[in-house]
Amino acid sequence: MDASLILRVSAPLLLWVPAIVSLYLLIRGHNEPGGGFVGGLVASAGLVFFVISRGRQAALRVMRVPPAGWCGIGLLLAAGSGLLAWIDPAAGYLTHRWWFPDVGFKVPLGTALLFDVGVYLTVIGTITAMVFALVDED
Amino acid sequence: MRQILLVAPILIPLAACAITALLWQRPEVQRRIGVAAAALLFLSTLALLAEVVTGGMVVGQMGNWPAPFGITLVVDPLSAAMLVITGLMALAVAVYAMGPGAAERDRAGFQPLFHALVMGVAGAFSTGDLFNLYVWFEVMLIASFGLLVLDRTREQLDGGLRYVMLNLVGTTFFLLAVGLVYGLTGTLNLADLARVAPQVENQGALAAAAVLLLISFGAKAAVFPLFNWLPAAYHTASMPVAAIFAALLTKVGVYAIIRVFTLVFAHDQALFGPIIGVVAMLTMVVGVLGAAAHYDVRRILSFHIISQIGYMLVGVALMTPLALAGAVLYIVHHIVVKANLFLVAGAMQKVGGSFALAKLGGLWATRPLLGLMFLIPALSLAGIPPLSGFWGKLVVIRSGFEAEAWLLASVALAVGLLTLYSMVKIWNEAFWKAAPAEAAAHQPAPGEWGRMQRFATFAPIVALCAVTLTIGLWTEPFAAFSLAAAEALLDREAYIAAVLGTAPVQLAEAVR
Repeated sequence: MDASLILRVSAPLLLWVPAIVSLYLLIRGHNEPGGGFVGGLVASAGLVFFVISRGRQAALRVMRVPPAGWCGIGLLLAAGSGLLAWIDPAAGYLTHRWWFPDVGFKVPLGTALLFDVGVYLTVIGTITAMVFALVDED
Repeated sequence: MRQILLVAPILIPLAACAITALLWQRPEVQRRIGVAAAALLFLSTLALLAEVVTGGMVVGQMGNWPAPFGITLVVDPLSAAMLVITGLMALAVAVYAMGPGAAERDRAGFQPLFHALVMGVAGAFSTGDLFNLYVWFEVMLIASFGLLVLDRTREQLDGGLRYVMLNLVGTTFFLLAVGLVYGLTGTLNLADLARVAPQVENQGALAAAAVLLLISFGAKAAVFPLFNWLPAAYHTASMPVAAIFAALLTKVGVYAIIRVFTLVFAHDQALFGPIIGVVAMLTMVVGVLGAAAHYDVRRILSFHIISQIGYMLVGVALMTPLALAGAVLYIVHHIVVKANLFLVAGAMQKVGGSFALAKLGGLWATRPLLGLMFLIPALSLAGIPPLSGFWGKLVVIRSGFEAEAWLLASVALAVGLLTLYSMVKIWNEAFWKAAPAEAAAHQPAPGEWGRMQRFATFAPIVALCAVTLTIGLWTEPFAAFSLAAAEALLDREAYIAAVLGTAPVQLAEAVR
């Protein structure tokens, strides 16, 4: 990898800032524009910067699990979020459930968020798998 | 319980895909999980079929969004039968894929892609929504691209590229049609469409959308003149992949044609019946002639897929209960037989060292059991009694004569003879003639394989032969079921009522 010094030094910044923004987008997607798909794209943009500047091995170390694994976890989460529908056995698959536990204020929790997190992880896994395949072995 | 059974055929392959992707670096574990998931899928589809037979159609609204708005899954007898056969094929191919070459395949990512493909097929068979059908087509397409170029050879990339191009054109037509249909009717739920379609004022535009759908499904099903991608790609794929493609991919296109043209465009049957009839006839003839001209086992078998698709379309062309029953029986028989022939071809290549007929020979002397296991599906494909293909052809051709479609029925008869010619050609060349001098065994004979590999290669072939014989010798329940499935297909009112109920219809009207 012969990335410029500036890019190499700023790579961690370009990795973590999009990662944080992507989490914000993921949570915001609950009721406003955003969500797992956009969030995943933003997060993978950071990883793409990282792989361009530091090479594939370094990027894989940051990800810990290989891209296909991210897809796997994401798919399991998204598919699993629909299973809670069967608290009522007659309900259709993916019927989402909601809880509002009171801890001073009401925390809105729902299986839809779990689904979105699944999408988020799957998108990251897919994009990185595609981009990493195009980067030279280092 | 019904809701769980309804979604299981999609969820089980999805979970298998996800888990095998997670275990990317552990191919041996992937393989075991793959087979277990396929077995579980087969059992769950059997349970679903039992549920449909005893309790009627199973309908589910995903996320509890009411019918014309959300995504509906509907499993009627035809869908249930297709799902069972999908489960059976997934299991047979998953076991076969444990045979020689498994290690390289699994390192290249065979397991996640294979289960993603099965999920796409199962989804396409269970959905009750036109756009959702498009999505499942895409899932299948993406998985099949990956499977097709698993070995990353030049030949495979070449075939894969053609496959991608032609299929993308097909799905673009699908998307155009979906847009047109939605613009005209304001709904994409198949049951709601069936209700609304006859009342659409601009029937000309609706017919145009129907033709677009016919083109895109036809490209999927590899009918004349849209079949070019199939022989370009199938013969390059590795054998388990070719077998699952041959068994399921084109049949999804046929299923989509049957579903949409019996349900949504049935009121236009006078227009589309003859079109589909001509297409069916040309598909049968061109496919069988293409097969007669080739001397590579895989290419011959690929062209036979095309010619057999024609038989299945006869049912939609005539749209009588008997013709549709014939189509259902034919699809079930064909999937089993065709996949089996590809599995046998793979075994022939392992034993004889080649797919080219010129380089094969003498297999009958060295491998009589393999010869027998080739003869059963091959003769069944050609329609020799008492094998399963005979009954399928009998019902299709008889329905043709009953509907006074003389030409269609006669062509179907003649094509059966030509099919026999190709099968006899493979038999003569590969099994009967003396082994050519240069065909010294390049590969270790099955006797030198591990026990596991022998089991993996031959158990699915034997099991599918047994299924073929069962359908052939004990046809009564299969025929009765096909007739029931055909009647369910023609009973549009029951389908609409099962999916929509009554209240959502009024709601839909109010929104409109």
